[in-house]
Amino acid sequence: MPQGRSPILELHQITKAFGGVEALRGVDFALSAGEIHGLVGENGAGKSTLMKIIAGVHAEFSGRFVLDGRETRFRSVRDALAAGIAMVHQELSVVPDLSVAENVFLGAQPTSRLGFVQWRRMAREAGEQLRRFGIDVDPLARLGDLPIGLQQLIEIARVLSSGARIIILDEPTSALSPPEVERLFATLRRLRDAGTSIVFISHFIEDILRVSDEVTVFRNGRKVAETEAATTTKAALIEAMIGSGREALEETYTDAIRLPSSGDQPAVLKVSGVSLARSLRDVSFDVRAGEVLGIYGFMGCGQSELARILFGKLRPDHGTLAVGGNRKNFRSTADARRAGIAFVPESRRAMLFHQEPVYKNISISILDRISSLFLKPSRERAVAARQVEQLQIRPPTVELDLGMLSGGNQQKVGLAKWLSYPPRVLVLCEPTRGMDVGAKNDVIHIVRDLRARGLAIVVLSTEPETVLSLADRIIVLKRGAVVHEFADQTISKDRLLEAA
Amino acid sequence: MVTGDSATVSATDRKQPRTIAAMLRSQMRNIAPFLTLIFLTGFFAIASPSFATLDNVGNILTQVSVTGIIAVGLTFVILCAEIDLSVASIANVTGIAVAYFTQQETYVNIANIPVPGWAAILLALALCAMLGVVNALGLTIIGIPSFIMTLAMMQIAAGISALLVRGQIAYKVPDIVATFGSSAIGGIPWIVIVAALMLLAGHIVLGYTRFGRYVYMVGGNREAAEYSGLNVNLILGSVMVISAICSGIGGMLGVAHFGSAQQNEFDTYLLDSIAAVVVGGTSLFGGRGGIGNTIVGLFVLGVLNNGLDHVNIDSFLKILIRGLILLAALVINVYAQRLRARVAE
Repeated sequence: MPQGRSPILELHQITKAFGGVEALRGVDFALSAGEIHGLVGENGAGKSTLMKIIAGVHAEFSGRFVLDGRETRFRSVRDALAAGIAMVHQELSVVPDLSVAENVFLGAQPTSRLGFVQWRRMAREAGEQLRRFGIDVDPLARLGDLPIGLQQLIEIARVLSSGARIIILDEPTSALSPPEVERLFATLRRLRDAGTSIVFISHFIEDILRVSDEVTVFRNGRKVAETEAATTTKAALIEAMIGSGREALEETYTDAIRLPSSGDQPAVLKVSGVSLARSLRDVSFDVRAGEVLGIYGFMGCGQSELARILFGKLRPDHGTLAVGGNRKNFRSTADARRAGIAFVPESRRAMLFHQEPVYKNISISILDRISSLFLKPSRERAVAARQVEQLQIRPPTVELDLGMLSGGNQQKVGLAKWLSYPPRVLVLCEPTRGMDVGAKNDVIHIVRDLRARGLAIVVLSTEPETVLSLADRIIVLKRGAVVHEFADQTISKDRLLEAA
Repeated sequence: MVTGDSATVSATDRKQPRTIAAMLRSQMRNIAPFLTLIFLTGFFAIASPSFATLDNVGNILTQVSVTGIIAVGLTFVILCAEIDLSVASIANVTGIAVAYFTQQETYVNIANIPVPGWAAILLALALCAMLGVVNALGLTIIGIPSFIMTLAMMQIAAGISALLVRGQIAYKVPDIVATFGSSAIGGIPWIVIVAALMLLAGHIVLGYTRFGRYVYMVGGNREAAEYSGLNVNLILGSVMVISAICSGIGGMLGVAHFGSAQQNEFDTYLLDSIAAVVVGGTSLFGGRGGIGNTIVGLFVLGVLNNGLDHVNIDSFLKILIRGLILLAALVINVYAQRLRARVAE
C-alpha cells in the first residue's frame, strides 16, 4: 500500500472452507483509502471468496476483520452496504424485466412522503447518473433488451454512484468493448482520486497493470505475492499465479508441451467469419478429421455462444459454417445433429434427463437410426449397454434412473449418447469441469480414443489445463475474437495465459 | 450444475428405492388416482342402489366419451409441460362447422353452405387442424406462452362459432357423424368405441413410437432435448395440432350426441378435460404420466359426476365438491412430482 497512509480495511489470517475444502488459508489483506487494488489468480484461487467475505456475502469464516481500526463482523450484505462496502459480482445481478431506471435504483427507489415511488424523478436521476459514465440510454427501456456489456456497465454504474467508500469489482470488463473499458478506467481513477478504495479482480492482467496501484496474487487459497503495479510485469504475475515447478500440482502444465504438426487430413468443420451481436467478431477456424482443436479464453470471451452456433442453437449474424465441404445453415439443433455434429454442454442438467433411465438418456440422440416409427426397446438397451461397458459407467446397468448415478458417471452418459453412431464433429464444452482426477483421466482417454477414430473434436474451456491436456491445436478467444493460434510448436500454461 | 456435486456424491449413497414404502412413494402419481377411483366407486355403490348397475356403467362410459376424446390430445400437450385452453372452443367450432356445411331443415335460420357429408367432415377437420397450427406457430415461432396463446385461441374459436351460427341452433350433421355420435352397435354406443379407440391410439403413440418418446423427453427436460438434437419446436407444434384435431373430433361427435350445434355448448369440457388429465396423475411439469393416467382420471370424474346424481345432495353443493376434489388432485400431483424429484436427484 502507498506509504504514509493507514489502511481503512485490514484482514488478518482469514480462513474459509466450503464443505471441508479450504478456499482461503490464513490470508492477510489490507486496503487503504484512495487506492485501486488489483487481484489476480486462477479460477478457484480464492480471490472471489475473499471479496465476498469483505462484502458480507459469506458471514462464516475465521480470522480478524478490522474496519477503520475496529474489529467488525458483517452478518449480511446489508451490513456491508451500511458500512459503505459494495460489490459488483461476476454474475450479473440485474433484473432484466425491470427498466434501466428501476435497476439503477434497485431497493432504493425515491419515494414521496406518502410512500409512492416517484417515477419521473427516478427516471431523470437515473439518466443523469448514467450519462456521467458516458452511458446514454433511455432510462425507461427494459434492461434485458440491452446488450450484455451495457447491462454490465449499468450495474457497475449503479454501484459506483452508490456512494460506497469501498467498491469491489469482480471481472467487470469481461463483456466490455475496449472503449467501454477505457471509460470505466477513467471513472475508477476519478473515484480513487476522490478517496474511494477500489478492489479490481480480473483475468486480464494488462488491465490490472494499467489501472491498479497495488497488485495481490492468489494461488490455492493463499496470498503469494503483493507488489506495486508499477514495478512488476505480466510475466512475473503469471509466474506467481501458477507457481514455479516445485510448488505446482502435478497437472498444472507449467512445462512446455509439444503440439503436433497438423496432419494432411481434410478439414471437416470450417467456420468462416462468424459474428454474433456483441459476443463474437469475425471468428474463423477449421478442424480436421482426427484432430482436437482447443478453444481457450476467459469467461465471457464468447466460447459458449460459439459452441451454440456450431450446434445450431444460436444463429450467427454473419459468417458461415461448412461440414465436410458443404455449407450449412442450421435452423435447429436437429439440423446440426443430422449434419453429424454432436454437442456436450457445460452443465449436466442441460444435457441429461435425470428422471429417465440410463438407456433412454443414451438412445435419445440416435433414436432415428435404431428405430423407425416404432421404438425398439431391446435394441436401445443393447446399444446403451455397449456404451456403458466401453466407458465403464458405474453401476453397469442401463435401467437405473440417471439421477441415481454419481456426477462423473452422469457426465460419461452425456458423452455416451453421441458415441454409438460417431458424429463427424464433436463439440465439448468444459468437458472436465468439476471432475475429480480419476474421472478427468477417463474423459481424456475417451477423447483421445475418439480422435484416433477420426472424429474432428472441438474442446472449449476456460481452464488452461483442460485445453492443454486434450488439444492438438489451440486458438485463443478474447472478447469475441480469435487473438492467437498455437500450432506445431511448444506451449506452456503461462504462454497460453499470456495470449488471452 | 457440473461443479461441486460430482465430488461429494458417489454412486453408493444413491440407491434405488428398495423398500416398499419408497416404491409406493415414487409411484404415488399412479396409485393415488386409482385409490381415489376405488374409494369413490365403493362409496357411491353403498350410498345408492341405482349406482352399481350395468346400465349405469354404460351411462358413465357414454358421459365421459367426449371428454375422453378431447383429453387424448390434451395429454400430449400436458406431457410437454404446456397447456391448451382452447380445446373446448375448438371442439365447439368444429361441431358447428360440420353442421354449417350440412343442409339444415328449412326452419333453421342459418345461411349455411351445404356440401356432401364427407366434404363437410373434411372441411371441419381442416378448420380445427388450422386452428391448431395457429396455436403451434404462436407457441413456437413467435414464442407466446401456451397459456396465453390458447387463451386467445379460445376467444377466436368462440368468435368463429358465433359468426357461423349467429345465435341460432343447427341440428343436422352428416350421417356418418350422426351414427358415431348417437347410435349404438350391439348395445355399445359408437361414441364409447370411438373414445376407446382414440385413447388406445394415443397410448400406442405415446408409449411405443419415437414421437411419443420425444414428447416425454421434451416434457422431462426441454433444454436437454434440444441439446440432444431434437427439433423441440416441431414436437411442441405437433402436440398442439394433435390436441386441436382431437378436440375437433370430440366436437363433431359431441354435436351429434347432443343432437344440436350451438354457441357455448362445450364450455364445461375445458375444465373437465384438463381435470381428467391432471386428476389421473399426469404431471403438470411434463414428462410423467400418460393415457393410462388419463383413463383413470376420466373414470374418477365420470364416477363423481354420475354418482353425485344418484345420491341425495344439494345440486349446488356438487359444484363445490367437484372443485375440492380437483384441488386435492392438484395437491397430490405437485406433491408426487416433488417426491419423485427427491428420489431421482
